[in-house]
Amino acid sequence: MIELNGITHKFGKEKVLEGVDIFIDRGEIFGLLGPSGSGKTTLVRIMTGLLIPREGEVKLRNQRMPKRSLMKRFGYMAQENALYYELTAWENLDFFSSFYLRKQKKERMKYVLRITGLLEYRNRSVGSFSGGMRRRLSLAIAMVHDPEILILDEPTTGLDPVVRRSIWKEFHRLKEQGTTILITTHSMEEADKCDRLAMLRAGKVIAAGSPDAWKREYHTQTLEDVFLHFGGEEA
Amino acid sequence: MNILIVAKRILRQFFRDKRSVALMVVAPGLILSLLWLVLDNDSRTAEVAVVEAPEQIYEQLASGKMEVSILDEKTAQKQLNDADIDALLKWDENRPLLILEGSDPTDHQMIRTSIQEAMGLDRKEAVSIQYWHGSEDMNFFDYTGPVLIGFFIFFFVFLVGGVSFLRERTQGTLERVLATPIQRYELVGGYLLGFGLFTLLQSVLIVLYSVYVLDMYMVGEMWRVLFITMLLALTALSVGTLLSTYAKNEFQMIQFIPLVIVPQLFFSGLFPIEGLSSWVQVLGKLMPLTYGAEALRGIMLRNENLGDLQWQVFMLLMFFAIFTLLNVKALRRHRNL
Repeated sequence: MIELNGITHKFGKEKVLEGVDIFIDRGEIFGLLGPSGSGKTTLVRIMTGLLIPREGEVKLRNQRMPKRSLMKRFGYMAQENALYYELTAWENLDFFSSFYLRKQKKERMKYVLRITGLLEYRNRSVGSFSGGMRRRLSLAIAMVHDPEILILDEPTTGLDPVVRRSIWKEFHRLKEQGTTILITTHSMEEADKCDRLAMLRAGKVIAAGSPDAWKREYHTQTLEDVFLHFGGEEA
Repeated sequence: MNILIVAKRILRQFFRDKRSVALMVVAPGLILSLLWLVLDNDSRTAEVAVVEAPEQIYEQLASGKMEVSILDEKTAQKQLNDADIDALLKWDENRPLLILEGSDPTDHQMIRTSIQEAMGLDRKEAVSIQYWHGSEDMNFFDYTGPVLIGFFIFFFVFLVGGVSFLRERTQGTLERVLATPIQRYELVGGYLLGFGLFTLLQSVLIVLYSVYVLDMYMVGEMWRVLFITMLLALTALSVGTLLSTYAKNEFQMIQFIPLVIVPQLFFSGLFPIEGLSSWVQVLGKLMPLTYGAEALRGIMLRNENLGDLQWQVFMLLMFFAIFTLLNVKALRRHRNL
């Protein structure tokens, strides 16, 4: 569903990604791990077509990015909350969902607000929202058009355990339905819930595999130890 | 369709931000009012002292538009020295000699004319004067008014449009919007439509206020004035959003004002530039406000129609089209689609 072939990218002279190959199947929850500055966000932006890599190619649904017809196939949540603070939660969601939906717009909007626990706050302006609420609204926006692919840059950072659980429940429901989900995360607890993981460090994939395989391979009980093993001094 | 979505959001955002709305409508009104207070004075009366003049001359002068006092030479010279009076008329070998105070050049002509008029030296009696355009009551405010209306609309749309586009970039919403199926031209188009509708309202209020409250001279058709201010506003918006791509924050956006906005004020006809060397005049020809100001003056002072102003309208459309295309191009930096 998502295919990255030999992605190399530089900002100026600094190499941020080097020869990254990642293949993600349909209905998979794929976790992208790595310390800050390892190139996760750059890789995510390349997947969405917002950034064109110097080398390599990106394919979504076997079609090469960037492509306009693919833009409506995925939902994207950026690391920074891209929201209009003057507008209410409902108006923000309405704006973004209008690019995708017409008929079922209202139902879908209500549905994603319920999932993210924001339904009762929908008429409050985003400026008065807490950091966690803004995060949740960004996630709601990414999911509103029920896309086949979700690309989520640190979706649950700063959320309380209750909301986090409800969101993961939704992720698993979507997975059953065939949605492919890519998330980046720092949280080991979350990485554990993914089907497969890739560890990025200094722009290179240094390990890939399922959480259990990693634990077996590195003879540890927790993923945290695996992360420390790879991350070294930076983690 | 996507254009409408963007325009709707911009208008919503706009009316949420009461202060910006006030800035765009109230501020131009306020500044125009202040200018009206400063410029809309009927020509002031000159204060003239007469030294050793025949009685008859004194009466003649006193009948004119000036205040006349009879002083001895010493006092008169002291007052002239202190700029208490504007001029001193004395007799030098049986010929009248007028000594002007002279520090304010705008007064020179006024004083000379009023004294010549009073002494019957003008040609008013010989030649009767009529006004083809304008009227005898027209003053500097009426002449500069159309330019100022254009300027304020340009300025505020440039600033507010540029800053809001800049914010889209710094908040990340621009990139987020470009991760949807929207086309780049639709985003730019939505901005133009949203702001266009708002500036139409702004223009209507400013023009109505200037004409009906401040009594600015206006013989043309209202819709033509609004058509030109609309074109100016759209040009200002496209320039503002384009330049905002080169600003990192709001402060850097403000830095464009002395570079982009103020020079336009100098060359757009607020000061007469006909007498300047041709290369200076060429500078004015490169600025959108010049054409807007010429057109507004033509309509408000001379009741010209859009046919008379086709060159100005064409040039404004050109500026608008070029800057809009550059905007669509500039968005490639964010998404190459």
